[in-house]
Parts: sequence; structure tokens; C-alpha cells
Amino acid sequence: MVAILDKVLFALDEVSYARGGRTVLDDISVEIGEGATAVVGPSGAGKSTLLRLLNRLADPDDGAVSYRGRDLREYDVLALRREVALVPQLPAPLAGTVAENVAYGPALCGGGCHIDEPLVLCGLDPGFAERPARSLSVGEQQRVMLARALALKPAVLLLDEPTAALDEKARDAVEHTLEDLRARLSVDVVLVTHDRAQSERLADNQIVIRDGRMGRPTPQLA
Amino acid sequence: MIGAVHLSLGQVAASLALVAVAALISVWQRADLERDIGIATIRSFIQLTAIGYGIKFVFEQNSLAFVAALIAVMVVFGAFTARGRARGVPNAFWPLLLALAIAAVATLALVVGLGVFKPQARYLVPVGGMVIGNAMTAAAVSLNRLGEDVADSAPQIEATLALGATSAQAMRPILRRSLRSGMIPLIDSTKTTGLIFFPGTMVGMLLAGASPLDAVRLQLVLLYVLLGSVAIAALTAVLLAYRGFFTPAHQLREVPEPSQA
Repeated sequence: MVAILDKVLFALDEVSYARGGRTVLDDISVEIGEGATAVVGPSGAGKSTLLRLLNRLADPDDGAVSYRGRDLREYDVLALRREVALVPQLPAPLAGTVAENVAYGPALCGGGCHIDEPLVLCGLDPGFAERPARSLSVGEQQRVMLARALALKPAVLLLDEPTAALDEKARDAVEHTLEDLRARLSVDVVLVTHDRAQSERLADNQIVIRDGRMGRPTPQLA
Repeated sequence: MIGAVHLSLGQVAASLALVAVAALISVWQRADLERDIGIATIRSFIQLTAIGYGIKFVFEQNSLAFVAALIAVMVVFGAFTARGRARGVPNAFWPLLLALAIAAVATLALVVGLGVFKPQARYLVPVGGMVIGNAMTAAAVSLNRLGEDVADSAPQIEATLALGATSAQAMRPILRRSLRSGMIPLIDSTKTTGLIFFPGTMVGMLLAGASPLDAVRLQLVLLYVLLGSVAIAALTAVLLAYRGFFTPAHQLREVPEPSQA
């Protein structure tokens, strides 16, 4: 049922998760390998929830999630979230400038960072640094969210519908940015999307979730 | 000093004429408040009469143990009342109870220690009552705001947690806003005191025949004491209550359903 992967990044073992009396994930077992993996499925299937389990924004009610062979709960949760950085579906920048947003994560563990580098990686001109983050367009805010995750120098990026809030032009630009990132940084990506075509453009592997269960596996992409 | 004022029950009953005015306005304008006005009038009569006899008893005993018991009862009732306005905060009762208790004890200890008031029931009970009443309002307003802000800002909080922030770090802007909402009403009313309204203590002392300057000085002492106690209560309530929203692993417990899962 599950393809044997060379290097397993995450393994979900009989994971179930319910919220508000509703089963969101039902007995899911799957391995997510290195590289870029898309989690696809219709809206409400439990994709975002699965992503939230991978950096412990939530814990499963049943079953276990492991990262590089170790149970997630054995890691220091704050360090884990810096190594496995999640970019939420809707941009939610902090009040303050773009630079303050980008510097926030590294400053939490007492580090500084170059502001320009992550901005440029995300396709933002360094001139954005001093602008108030919340005054930017949704597409630009989404890039700021990506940049502030990259400022942590994560090993894994968890992207929740990175283009759902964007128009077609902005979507193409963000997709291009993501492809570029993958080429330039050795970062693994888990991407949640309801857009099959996007998953084929951006990911090496895909897993399908439907109604909180594993969907029918699809053939590996070329 | 203060000449005692005696009011007969008849005089109290006469003031009900104004309650009748309020009820008539409510009926006339269909504000549908007659029932509430009636309940408020009856409750205030029963509660104040009971507390009057209670305080009379405590004053006559003049025992600090009785004062402590009375303050403790006020703190518990205050925490129950405030909890009603902090519905959005999980397990708000204990933070509120501690907030009111710490505010009352710290404030009273300080004013007695500084020699502002003598450690006697006659001073500690009314000052304690005012401190707890104002602390209750401030803590309730703060926690009400806290609950609303956490519900509104859940995506923001989670996005910040996702960067490796602790729950305390992720909550910092919200805690600041909650604290401010609890403290601002008293600060504002302190700013305008004497210009727009006469505070209750001063009114009471003037009616009781005290000299205006005595009345003003006592009022100032109370206003300053209240500023401190309100800050202590709001801060304690907010700092203890926000923890209820998080698991030990810095996870937000209640998040709204994502628009697309």
C-alpha cells in the first residue's frame, strides 16, 4: 500500500485525530520521504490537520508520528518547529515591519539573521524590509510568511495551500519561487494542496487523503 | 469630623419614587427592563441590608480574623461573578480567585504598612470591599478581552508557535492588550475624577458632613490604592489564565475549524 522510500522523513503509524466530536483523521498510516511530497485531496479531507501533526501544532489522539525514525514527542518541541517549519494557509504576519517578521524566529533563540537573503529567495525586493507587513497584498504577505520560515534555516518546509489565497498570476510566481527554492536549498517540502495539477508541478511524490483516510494511491509521477 | 447621618426606612422608601420613574420610562419606551429594574431594586435592598448587618457585626467584634473571613468571602463571590464575563477563557475561576486574593492582600498590607490606614475593621472592610470590587471588574474585563482575542487571533498565535515561539512569546501582544483593557477604564475615570463625576467616597463623606478637604484626601488615597490593586489583579488574572489555552507542548487547545482542511 505504501511505497518503500529510500529515506523516510515522517512516518505516521495508525494515526487518528478528532476535533469537536468529528473524526478528522481516521487510522492513517503513511510514510513521507525526503524530497517534495504533496498531500492532495478534496477540501475538508484532513490535509491541513495532517500537516499540523508534523511539527506538533497538534498531537494525534491515537497512533504515533515519527520524524527521521524518532517519535516526534522525543524532540524538544520548540527546536522541532524551527527545524520543521510550517507556513500556514492564510498569511498571519505579526504587527511590525517585514524585517521584524523575518527576524522574529531567529531572535527567539538568540540569533540574528540576514533579512535580505530570505526575502530575495522568496522573490521579494529587499526594499520591502521596512514596510509594515500587514499593509502588503495577500500574495506579498504569503511570501513574507515563507521568508520568515526560511530565516530559521529549516530542514523541512511544511506548506499549507501556499497559493490558495492567490490569483493565477501570483500563484505562478509563488510556484516558481518554490521550484527555485528547492533547486537552491537542500530543503525537504511537504505541500498540502487541493490542486492536483499543482502537486504534479511541484512534488516528486504524492499521498491522497479523502474523508480522513488514505485515498487510492496514484501512480508515481514522472 | 463626620457627623453621623441617620436615614429612616421611610426616607429610603421615598427614594423608590425614582425607581418608579425608571420603570415608567422602560414601559413607555418598551425597553423591556421593568423586570430587571425590579430585580435590581429588590436584590440591592436585600444584599446591602445583609452586608450592613454583617459589617456592623464585624465592626463590633473588631477582630482581624472576622475581617479576613469577610474579605475571603468577598474574594470568592467576586471570582464567581467575574467568571461569568470570562466565558471564553477555560477554567477562569482559579486565576480570578488568585488575582482578587493577591490584589486584596497586597493592597491592604501595603496601606496598613505605610500607615495610611489603621489595621482596624472600620478601615479594612470598606477599603477591602472597594479594592475587590474594582479588581473584579478589571480582571473580568481583561479576561473577557483575552478570550475574544485568542478566538480572533488563533491563526496568528499558531503561526507564531510554528516559528518555535513558546506560548508566552506567542501571546505577548495579546496579553498586553488584555492588561490594557482591564486597566484603562479606571485610569480614565481617575483622570476625569472631580470634573465629570464625583466619586462615591467623596459624595458619601460630604453627605455625612465631613469637611470637603478631608473628603478629597480620603478619595485620593482610595483612587491611588485602586490603581495599584487593579493593575495587580489584571496582571495576575491574565498571566495565570492564558495558560489554560495551551498544552504543555505549546499547542493551542481550541482552534477554529480551518476554512479548508
